[in-house]
Amino acid sequence: MTEALRHFNERRRHVLGGMGDRWRALPRWQRWLTLLAGVAFLYYLPFLGDIPGTNLIIPGLDWFRTDSIDGGANWAGVLFVCALYVLVAIGLNVVIGLAGLLDLGYVGFYAVGAYSVALFGSAESPVVGALQEQFGLSSDWAIAWAICIPIALAFSLVAGVLLGWPTLRLRGDYLAIVTLGFGEIIRIVAKNSGWAGEAQGVPGIPGPEGPPSPDNKVFGLLDIKPWYWLALSVVLLMVLLVRRLEHSRVGRSWLAIREDEDAAAVMGVYPFKFKLWAFAIGAALGGFSGLLFASRSAFIQPETFNVQLSILFVAMVVVGGSGNMAGVAVGAFLLAYLPERFRDFSEYRVLAFGLALVLIMLLRPQGLLPSRRRTRELQDRAKEAPVNVA
Amino acid sequence: MRRKYVRALGAVGLSAALIAAAGCQAEEDDTAGSSDCGGKIAIFGAFSGPNSGLVIPSRDGALLAVKQHNEANPDCEVTLQEFDTQGDPTQATPVANQVTGDESFLGVIGGAFSGESKATMAVYEAAGMVMVSPSATAIELTAGGNEVFHRVVGNDAVQGAAAAVYLRDVAQAKKVFVINDGTTYGAGIADELTKALGALAGGTDQVQEKQVNFAATISKIKAAEPDAIAYGGYTNEAAPLVKQLREAGITTTFLGFDGLYDPSFPKGAGASAEGVIVTCPCLPPDKAGGTFAADFEAEYGGPPGSYGAEGFDAANVLIEGLAEGNTTRADLLAWVDSYDKEGVSKSLKFADNGDVDESRVVIWAYEIKGGEIAAQQEIKLS
Amino acid sequence: MNFDALFGDLAQHTVDGLSKGAIYALVALGYTLVYGVLRLINFAHSEIFMVGTFAILGTWSLLGVADNPPIGMAIVYLLIGLVVGALASGATALTVERVAYRRLRRMNAPPLIFLITAIGLSLVLVEIFALWMAGFFSGRGFTENRLVIGIPPLLKQETVLSVAGADITNVQIIMVASALLMLYGLDQFINRTRYGRGVRAVAQSPDTAALMGVHQDRVIMLVFVLGGLMAGAAALLWNMRYGITKFDIGFVVGLKAFTAAVLGGIGNLRGALLGGLLLGVIEVYAATLTRSTWEDVAAFVVLVVVLIFRPTGLLGESLGKARA
Repeated sequence: MTEALRHFNERRRHVLGGMGDRWRALPRWQRWLTLLAGVAFLYYLPFLGDIPGTNLIIPGLDWFRTDSIDGGANWAGVLFVCALYVLVAIGLNVVIGLAGLLDLGYVGFYAVGAYSVALFGSAESPVVGALQEQFGLSSDWAIAWAICIPIALAFSLVAGVLLGWPTLRLRGDYLAIVTLGFGEIIRIVAKNSGWAGEAQGVPGIPGPEGPPSPDNKVFGLLDIKPWYWLALSVVLLMVLLVRRLEHSRVGRSWLAIREDEDAAAVMGVYPFKFKLWAFAIGAALGGFSGLLFASRSAFIQPETFNVQLSILFVAMVVVGGSGNMAGVAVGAFLLAYLPERFRDFSEYRVLAFGLALVLIMLLRPQGLLPSRRRTRELQDRAKEAPVNVA
Repeated sequence: MRRKYVRALGAVGLSAALIAAAGCQAEEDDTAGSSDCGGKIAIFGAFSGPNSGLVIPSRDGALLAVKQHNEANPDCEVTLQEFDTQGDPTQATPVANQVTGDESFLGVIGGAFSGESKATMAVYEAAGMVMVSPSATAIELTAGGNEVFHRVVGNDAVQGAAAAVYLRDVAQAKKVFVINDGTTYGAGIADELTKALGALAGGTDQVQEKQVNFAATISKIKAAEPDAIAYGGYTNEAAPLVKQLREAGITTTFLGFDGLYDPSFPKGAGASAEGVIVTCPCLPPDKAGGTFAADFEAEYGGPPGSYGAEGFDAANVLIEGLAEGNTTRADLLAWVDSYDKEGVSKSLKFADNGDVDESRVVIWAYEIKGGEIAAQQEIKLS
Repeated sequence: MNFDALFGDLAQHTVDGLSKGAIYALVALGYTLVYGVLRLINFAHSEIFMVGTFAILGTWSLLGVADNPPIGMAIVYLLIGLVVGALASGATALTVERVAYRRLRRMNAPPLIFLITAIGLSLVLVEIFALWMAGFFSGRGFTENRLVIGIPPLLKQETVLSVAGADITNVQIIMVASALLMLYGLDQFINRTRYGRGVRAVAQSPDTAALMGVHQDRVIMLVFVLGGLMAGAAALLWNMRYGITKFDIGFVVGLKAFTAAVLGGIGNLRGALLGGLLLGVIEVYAATLTRSTWEDVAAFVVLVVVLIFRPTGLLGESLGKARA
């Protein structure tokens, strides 16, 4: 069994190993063309299997859609959640993959983003209610969605700094439990505070077209495709930004800190400052994703933002291949998509998810699509393995 | 090597084009049916995951209703499609979009929980699709002017008021200690009870889901010395709470709401559950019309748990509508709005806001005796 | 903030908190032992505890235990429960090490990989119990059961002692005493026996220990078994005190126990005990001051404050050091 697996792994490495190099060896225009086709395909995804404008279908592709099974969920709706999680994974990858900080409470930032738009943007929220009373405003007044975006970003950034400031001096494992506690605190505070709507949650959260209503033309309640395209556009924009950051001075500092914090400090890279940067940027991305989630749902409640979701986020990054943006995006997509597609398993979904985590980590600890540097780091570590265990 | 890659790319493109050319005409929808009878409805809720224990009985009740109907009317089959949301609003919204987007669905049973109902009712309203919930009891669901939401279960306000009447008149309590579990359901119903109790309410604590140690709550109860304790929440926390209360020597009346109308509560709490009062907006099985309890037991090998009868009723409201030849969503919605018939859990008629008509709500007090939930008396509201 | 309620009955709240913390402490020992030797958080440890509670429940129902049996029989049942719980949890711990960790140790994988594997494995264990085993152990066959399951009470909880206005029950005494006793035994084992010396050696320096002829795999297996035994004992106390179990109680207890281990200084046996008891007391105080629902917030806030001033916990990490 193990022999067969190892053999299979060898062959796979043989076939796939050269892919990255071959890709880099292509001329520039071919790479651009492929990328462009890829992006176009992403925008086409909600129609997967159909040809828009006709009622022709492409046989085969239909199989991938989540609504091709009985009791399956709306395909564009699932894609929208996938896009949100990809955004989360990109943000968390900055924290875990690039800066090497283990954050088990990332859901806290997601919640801060969601609650920002809910509390300031919804005419039915307690905060807006208090503002209306204070300034004698009409009962359907609320802060516009576009203004809620910077508010949400600012709040999650501040949350990141507030959490990071006291805790980033801690070593990895301690940081894990403290961040986990932070995520729980956010959820419990939201659940028990009158100004955050308590367990009942906050309804009436606006989207780009204002409060949810059947009259909204584009970002309405029934058709989720525009929401998916919006989330996808945000994801692509953030990918570009984070990519720039990764190859900047900040990105190289993160790398230095991850590989050897003390050495980096000696060379003049002040670890604390750059760790805090990673935390804050990661937090802002998580907050943005939370904002999109709240806007689309139009209603949030605190129980959504539980520890299990945090763990799912970390799993997305590690399974996909921490450190590599394409990898974590694939990880996020798969962990959001597969349970929806294979609903037939219904009660066995969580079991299958757990098994998959164990198997992937045992057989491919660097993740499905690892960064080249990460793979090398793992190989180095394996060489340093303690003497008599090998 | 580069040439090989280009060739591969070309091959992929070509095959894609071929597939597209061979693409066949989309199948015509044939589920609409030829007769004016039968049709498709959906049910959504937590059928898997940690909260499924509370929801599966109502789904089983609905499935039973469909089975009985289809056996009796083989020429007028109704299809019930299950959508599992795990009780999570994040999963319930794409499901709502799926159900509303598929024209063959005419109505929906759900949501099982108040949270997912609240998250999705705007979507169903935009599509004009009638919802009949077996178990979502939060007051605000029917307070927002939503046109499509209906429920076959009394809301928290009615039950809270009834429990207050029971505590005052039957249990003769002068001071009631009110505990809730901080969930939408538990906190909501405990608030209603506190309001209805007025000056009788003395002392309160809020616990949380998955809590097991209630030492602090018990100290507070001991300090307040109440004549009765009321708990808004579900079995998972109530069972250890009652156990610890009785072990600490507190023997005052303990009253729970329909969240504890659940056979696993006396099982979990064991001997400590004896004498616990459970209120429920549902008729005792032997008072209910028909043979529902016996049928359920024969089908699933156990008594109907929480909301099993409500699931059966909710399904029947829609099934009867379909059997009467309502083949559009608007017709089915109008049918439910004017529904007025004897159900298993109560006599059913909906008020304008979607609640069960107030005159039809019956609230019963049950007592746990010998590990069974035994009917004690009906609570008259006035 | 209800300070009257807290200070009016401070002794009672302290006793409640200590007995609550005793279980955290015993479970925390498992986290600490593994961390002390392997520098790895065994996130699946919570499930090792959960398996123990079910194994004991199953054995008791097999023996036909009724409510409040005569005291002699109760002691026999408790002893049988202790053996069964320890065996079941110990065996589960060994399985976890074998299935999830050994291969990764060979690769010297970074901690994050261990973490995800452990989370995956703990999901698998939880679901196996939710889908089949919880139903089986509660006597309903291999069916899905996600609801709370009652366990017959063996000892009637009675107040046996009153100190400074606090009523102390027999079960509370047993809980705190067992936690102290187990820690003492474990401490002696690690510090006084040959095996214990091996554990300390590996904790200090795996390479040197290997050069000196310590079989590392055996030491690691021993550590997992010891942690499992403690979890099994904790499971017995749990069943006795709370009289319920459920497929997901491991998560609830494990999260707190892990917090306790970090609070006391992960890798430090005495730290685990201190952290566990302290955490129990903090939670009861916080719940009394405000509402029970805030107790977790208080626990985590205290943890953060402690870590800011003492970054390695109250007593520091020290399994390898002579004072254990």
